[in-house]
Amino acid sequence: MATPAPHDEQARFDAVIAADEKIEPRDWMPEKYRRNLVRQISQHAHSEVVGQLPEGNWITRAPSLRRKAILLAKVQDEAGHGLYLYSAAETLGTSREEMLDDLLEGRAKYASIFNYPTLSWADVGAIGWLVDGAAIVNQISLCRTSYGPYARAMVRICKEESFHQRQGYEIMQTLAQGSPEQQAMAQDALDRWWWPTLMMFGPHDADSAHTQQSMQWKIKRQSNDELRQKFVDQTVEQAARIGLTIPDPELRWNEARGHYDFGEIDWDEFQRVLGGNGPCNRSRMRDRRRAHEDGAWVREAMLAHAEKHNRRAAGAAA
Amino acid sequence: MSDAHFTYVLRLGDNALVLGQRLSEWCGHSPFLEEDIAMANTALDLIGRARMLYSHAGRLEGRGRDEDALAYLRDEREFGNFLMCELPNGDYGFTLVRQYLLDVYHRHLYAALTESRDDELAAIAAKAVKEAAYHARRSGDWVLRLGDGTAESNARCQAALDELWGYTAELFTPDAVDSAMLEAGVAPDLATLRTRWEADVLARLAEAGLTVPADDWQAEGGRAGRHTEHMGRLLAELQFVQRAYPGQQW
Amino acid sequence: MSQRHLPLWEVFVRSRRGLDHKHIGSLHAADAEQALLAARDTYTRRQEGVSIWVVKSSDIHASQFEDEGAFFDPAEDKVYRHPTFYDVPEDLKL
Repeated sequence: MATPAPHDEQARFDAVIAADEKIEPRDWMPEKYRRNLVRQISQHAHSEVVGQLPEGNWITRAPSLRRKAILLAKVQDEAGHGLYLYSAAETLGTSREEMLDDLLEGRAKYASIFNYPTLSWADVGAIGWLVDGAAIVNQISLCRTSYGPYARAMVRICKEESFHQRQGYEIMQTLAQGSPEQQAMAQDALDRWWWPTLMMFGPHDADSAHTQQSMQWKIKRQSNDELRQKFVDQTVEQAARIGLTIPDPELRWNEARGHYDFGEIDWDEFQRVLGGNGPCNRSRMRDRRRAHEDGAWVREAMLAHAEKHNRRAAGAAA
Repeated sequence: MSDAHFTYVLRLGDNALVLGQRLSEWCGHSPFLEEDIAMANTALDLIGRARMLYSHAGRLEGRGRDEDALAYLRDEREFGNFLMCELPNGDYGFTLVRQYLLDVYHRHLYAALTESRDDELAAIAAKAVKEAAYHARRSGDWVLRLGDGTAESNARCQAALDELWGYTAELFTPDAVDSAMLEAGVAPDLATLRTRWEADVLARLAEAGLTVPADDWQAEGGRAGRHTEHMGRLLAELQFVQRAYPGQQW
Repeated sequence: MSQRHLPLWEVFVRSRRGLDHKHIGSLHAADAEQALLAARDTYTRRQEGVSIWVVKSSDIHASQFEDEGAFFDPAEDKVYRHPTFYDVPEDLKL
């Protein structure tokens, strides 16, 4: 393949971005744009895959058959979303195996939220309501990302995710209207998941290593702080409606800003969990590694079978 | 409605629930992502089937028990599933060989049940037979792949088959409930079912390079509520929330 | 990693009779039958389709980015291929 003159290509790439059009897989793109995308999309994919674990923890214990089916379908969707995202990243020339190796060998990150444990049934509700709620805020914004396959994956994911938050909220609502024990369970889950959910949006814009460049390239369309604010604003009313209290004494409406003010995140905790020392970092990675290693013989066998089958077919044709 | 009719439908529900519960344990832990998704689909079909069968059984019984009362508030001795369904998943080969043996069984069973005199059961069967046809195609594909894959995968599947075969007798041994339902035109003849099942299964196992074990060890008792030691733990997990907080809405 | 990799497949789904198959995504599978089953399990969970094609990604031949000018720009000035190019009485059914 002839290498076109870089400045022409750069100009064309810039023009496509400026015109709000999409970059597609076979287009020329700056190497940094490609690397940035692979990092972000694969991180996103890893998050979906690791994200199966905390909720998966409750599938076998779901308190009704209806809830069991819903939760199983929901966790299955996370696997599907991981698959769509790995596929999008693969169009950039990085194989799923490379991405998986990066995850399993600790070089890649995934959403830190999944390093917190699910301790009661209400946690399943809280994750759907808060964690998926936060994810949706972020993902709706990403439907307009500049890389075509990523944007298309996000559109499909947003469509499928729309039931995730609702089922979580429905669980919380049912508990909040239930017995005192159930109400306590719901409040406890909100208390534990609130702050980690706010951390999902990442560091403040001023401290975010990737934000500025990603915004220029229109990979990210809204900043961490903007998205976090949007999430807080929409969630306050949802909590109030079912009589649950958001665990933040500084939370109050700011008429002048037209937004809720809220307290400062514990950034030490954020860094600690991100750095591998959250409550479940090790067990999540152990589970993923075990699934991968225990499955090695299966993947080997299916390739061996397909090769035998192809040889036999070729032999029969000859 | 007779007790036998209720028991017959209930036991079909138990097979679906207990097997679906086992399959759902794979969610997030299977050998690769496509399998996480596919295995969950089968589990979802089974849980959906259990719900329909339990609802139907509850109506037949007429004592106001709904699907959750039947799933969550019965004890081990009241469950009538085949022992095979409750065995721990083992490795992926064990899970898939078991799945194949049961999928083929269910495909033929539900095909026959579409002609049941119990109209509602026939309607459930009309849905279940399509699911079971797909399940059997998928698990049958896997049995072939793993049986005829590497030396290791063949050995693992053979070990699974050796372990599981003794549990298949129970699938075809009629008890008083089966006989009464056969007579009433609700259930099919298990001898015919066995002939169809064997024709499929034996051919596929041979194709996959797997050998039916020669020993005559057999385990039975699931349908009479005499289970393996695994069943109590499975139910403890499945029923935990309902047992810990009785009488609540979830 | 020294392991051999599962090939990548592209999945096309016909959402209902009368429509074309449309590219919907990709997945990994050892061969066509497995790809077809995985496509069914992954991409038609919400009744998205009535028919599926799977094609090995490596079997797709695509025009390149640098072909864009030569391939597609020459069609730009063939405006007479479009019905709106023609001046005919507006009140006439044509």
